[in-house]
Amino acid sequence: MKMEPIETVEPVVRIQGLNKTYNGQKVLNGVDLCIGKAENVVVLGKSGSGKSTLIKCMVRLSEPDEGSISIMGKDIVKINYQELNALRVKIGFLFQNGALYDSMNVHDNLAFPLRHHRKHLGKEKLNAMISEVLENVGLPEAGNKMPAELSGGMSKRIGLARTLMLKPSLMLYDEPTSGLDTATSKEINQLILDMQRKYQISSLIITHDIACAKMTADRIVMLRDGAIVAAGTYDELNKSNDEWIKSFFN
Amino acid sequence: MTTADSSLPAWFPLKKASQHAGEFSLFFFRFLKEAVRPPFEGRVFLQQCFKVGNKSLGLVAITAFIMGLVLTLQTRPSLAGFGAESLLPGMVCVSVIREIGPVITAVICAGKISSRIGAELGSMKVTEQIDAMEVSAINPFHYLVVTRVLATTCMVPLLVIFADAISIFSSFLAYNIHGDITITRFFDMALSKLEWIDIFPSIIKSIFFGTAIGIIGCYKGFRVAGGTASVGTAANAAVVTASLVIFFIDMIVVQITDIL
Repeated sequence: MKMEPIETVEPVVRIQGLNKTYNGQKVLNGVDLCIGKAENVVVLGKSGSGKSTLIKCMVRLSEPDEGSISIMGKDIVKINYQELNALRVKIGFLFQNGALYDSMNVHDNLAFPLRHHRKHLGKEKLNAMISEVLENVGLPEAGNKMPAELSGGMSKRIGLARTLMLKPSLMLYDEPTSGLDTATSKEINQLILDMQRKYQISSLIITHDIACAKMTADRIVMLRDGAIVAAGTYDELNKSNDEWIKSFFN
Repeated sequence: MTTADSSLPAWFPLKKASQHAGEFSLFFFRFLKEAVRPPFEGRVFLQQCFKVGNKSLGLVAITAFIMGLVLTLQTRPSLAGFGAESLLPGMVCVSVIREIGPVITAVICAGKISSRIGAELGSMKVTEQIDAMEVSAINPFHYLVVTRVLATTCMVPLLVIFADAISIFSSFLAYNIHGDITITRFFDMALSKLEWIDIFPSIIKSIFFGTAIGIIGCYKGFRVAGGTASVGTAANAAVVTASLVIFFIDMIVVQITDIL
C-alpha cells in the first residue's frame, strides 16, 4: 500500500498511529498518512468511516487520543494554542456547507480573516485581494450578496475563496461536492485542481464521491472503520479485486 | 426507566445540575479571563450595543409606560382612601427605581436578548460557523462571547434608566387623569422621596442582570449540539434560565441592601 507521498521531499503532512474513540467506539484506528508538497490526496470511505474525524483532528477541532500529526514540521497535538493558531493560518478548511458567516455579506466574509491576521492591509489592497479571489472562484459579482442568496455551489466557491484569502499551504476539503449536481461538482473539482496548480497547495480531500476522487486525486487512501485499508492511484485501485474497494469504483 | 438508568444513584438529577453549574462556572471564568485580554473587538462591541440597546428601546418603552400607568392607577384609590394621595408620585418613583424598573426591564431583555443570543450562537454552532472561525485562527469565544456579554452589561443598565424615566412620566399622565398637576411639581414630589440608597443598588443590580442575560445566552448557544431543533431548545433554555437568575440576583441584592 502506498502511504508515502509521490515526492521524496519532507511531506507537508505526516500522520502516524492516529487513534480516536467516541463513546467507547473506535472512530480512527492507527491511521498513518503523508501528503507531499502540491499533492492532492483523497480520503475515500463510506459515511461513518471516520473521514470527518480525521480532518477535524488535523486542525484540532477534535483532540486525538493517540498518535502524532505533523503539519509543516510541527506536531499539532503537542503545540500550545498560540502556536496552533499560527499554524492554522497556513491551513485552509472548506466545510461541507461552506460555513459562511450568515450575518455578513460575501465581501465581509472574505475580508474577515484578513481583518484579523493582516491588520496592516489598507482598504484598497484588501478590496483588490477580494476581487482577485472572487475572480479565481468564478464569482466576480458576488461581493454584495448575503450567504442566504447563494446556491449550494456558490456557497462552496465563496467558502473556498475565504480560505484562500490567507494563501494557505495546505487545504482540507470536507466533502466538497456533497449535495451538488454533476455539473456544479465538476466545476468545484476543477477549482480544486486550479488552486493546486496555481498556488502549489497540498490538499486533503474527504469524499465518498468517486467522480471527485477520479478528477482531483494524485493518490487515493481508502478508509474503512477508522483504518486505512488501501492506497494508490485511481487506476491502481480501480483494478483491485477486493469486493469492498470495487463497490466504490463500480 | 431503562436498565442503565436504574443503576444510577438516587441523587442523579443533582449530579446533572452540578455538572451544568461546573461547566457554566468554567464558561464564566473564561469570559472574565478573555475580557481583559487583547485584541479588543471595538467594532463588534459597538454593533452588539446597538443590537441590544437600540433594538430593545421600543419594547422596553412600551412595557415601562404601561408599568408606570398601571401602578399609579391601581395605587391611587388606596392612597386616596387614607388621604395620602400626595405621596403617590414619591411611592411610584421609589418602587419603580428600586425594584420594578430593573426587574421588569431585565426580564423583558432576557426574553428578547438572551434568546436572540442563544439562537444566534446556536445556529452558528450547528452550521459550523464557529468551527470555521476557530480554524481560521480567530478565537470565537473572544469574538462572539466577550463582545456580547460586555454589550449587555453596558446596555441593560442604560435601558433600566430609560425605563425608569418612561415609567415615571407615564405615572404623571395617569395621575393627571383624575387630578391636575404640572410635570415640574410631579417630578419634584417624586424625586424628593428618592435617596442614593434607592438608586445605587438599582444600578448595581442592573449591571449584574446585564451580565447574566449575556453570559447565559452565550453559554446556551455555545452548548448546542446536534441539529436545528437544539437551537430552539437553547433559545428557550436561555430565556428561562436568565429570567430565573434575574430573580435570584434580585433577591441577593435586596438582602445585601437590607443589611446595609
